[in-house]
Amino acid sequence: MKPGSIAVVGAAETTRMGKIPDVSVIGLHADAALNAMADCGLTAKDIDGVATAGESPVAIAHYLGITPTWADGTAVGGCSFMLHVRHAAAAINEGLCKTVLITHGESGRSRVGSGGFGRQPSSLMGQFELPFGVTSPPTMFTLPVMRYLKTRGYTEEDLAMVAVIQREWAAKNPRASFKDPITVDDVLNSPMIAWPFRMLMCCLVTDGGGALILTSAERAKDFPQKPVYILGTGESVETPMVSQMEDFASSKAFRVSGKKAFDEAGITHSDVDHLMIYDAFAHLPLYGLEDLGFCKPGEAAAFIRERNTAPGGRLPLNTNGGGLSYMHSGMYGMYALQESVRQMRGIAPAQIPGAKVAVSHGVGGMFAASGTIIFGNER
Amino acid sequence: MDRALPQPTPETQHFWDGCKAGELRLQRCTACKESYFPPRPFCPGCGCRSVEIYTASGKAILYSYVINHRPRPDMGTEPHSIAVVELAEGPRMMTNIVGCPQTPEALQLDMPLLVTFESFGAITLPFFTPAGA
Repeated sequence: MKPGSIAVVGAAETTRMGKIPDVSVIGLHADAALNAMADCGLTAKDIDGVATAGESPVAIAHYLGITPTWADGTAVGGCSFMLHVRHAAAAINEGLCKTVLITHGESGRSRVGSGGFGRQPSSLMGQFELPFGVTSPPTMFTLPVMRYLKTRGYTEEDLAMVAVIQREWAAKNPRASFKDPITVDDVLNSPMIAWPFRMLMCCLVTDGGGALILTSAERAKDFPQKPVYILGTGESVETPMVSQMEDFASSKAFRVSGKKAFDEAGITHSDVDHLMIYDAFAHLPLYGLEDLGFCKPGEAAAFIRERNTAPGGRLPLNTNGGGLSYMHSGMYGMYALQESVRQMRGIAPAQIPGAKVAVSHGVGGMFAASGTIIFGNER
Repeated sequence: MDRALPQPTPETQHFWDGCKAGELRLQRCTACKESYFPPRPFCPGCGCRSVEIYTASGKAILYSYVINHRPRPDMGTEPHSIAVVELAEGPRMMTNIVGCPQTPEALQLDMPLLVTFESFGAITLPFFTPAGA
């Protein structure tokens, strides 16, 4: 923290206090937030950072109409907001965002509504999505895809081809769960999960873990492993409800996160030697290639079909085999980061010779959140 | 197994009361006139707290969907649609398409739909059905 560099400009509590049986948890967050924005003359459009505990920062951002470039859901109990202030100060000083909203709301006495990432029947998802039979990601993450295919002119075969080419990468990875080659027909003939998604268009469900250790670049040279530098970062969140995505053919969180990371790193797409796009399902690499700007909207399917992302192609993508063939324990982002680091160290099973810049792009929830990290092995 | 049902909150009660009364109730901002969904007591477009409730036309188009071949235990055993419709007033909402085969052939994007309501005890859910069906 740089002393004196950050200030509080707006502060307010909920309009009422004590017993408020007519406002739910998220409503208390919003009421306090609107009052704080009024206190400093800002609107949701002026806020680009959101931190909260007890409720998801994704839910708060979407409820209020905020498009953040920084979100913090650190939840360590009652002092979470002190940590949010500290994290916000670092984020603003680092240029990750300019104006941070930190909210709290709790219906401690009346117990109206409920916060958190859960699926309680009083949450917005519990009221407006769960009653219609959504189960888990296979019926939620996939929901925008029929519209996406129509908008872009893509086909089921285009979805299947994503899985086929990632299996080619997996074949080079001794640790991959599935290594046998597959064809488009194999994918289309695999069991139907949720039309138009077949089993081989869905990620694995496996066990595993990963960890990273970071320090300053100055100190990094004293360690035994080749340093992998962080050149750029991005993040954003859109909505906790996939049915409320702004554009079913494009993820706003992807676009905001990707642009921020590329701007920070000061690189162009032609500088990228290696790419990871979190592939919980076969459509995600297509969205990612377009929303990160590697392909124009409508060109990603042909880009994959023409083997640009396949072994030997000019933009190697998901070289560990991805969530579709390597592994997916539930929160796959860690494995995308691990493969980026291996590629930058030069030790990946399917190593890209001479790779200097690697982009690792992740998704959270069902297009709810996104994070992008750009790595380099030279400073 | 009983169907998973919503638990209304004070901010959403009007919507669920509307379904029970056979009305699809939306909210719009009195300042910027934008209709929005799901319900909340302020406009997510401009932050204005002056909003009104009105009855929507019930007309929509099929915007996107999946057909779940592995239904949740409370949803029966047959494949069923989980859809997003775009209301004539602008907002989109999740629903089920009923009154037609649950097949890709019967479920064409952009087909016109009308709201229909089905009671599940204390809660009435809004579904959509092909217009003219």
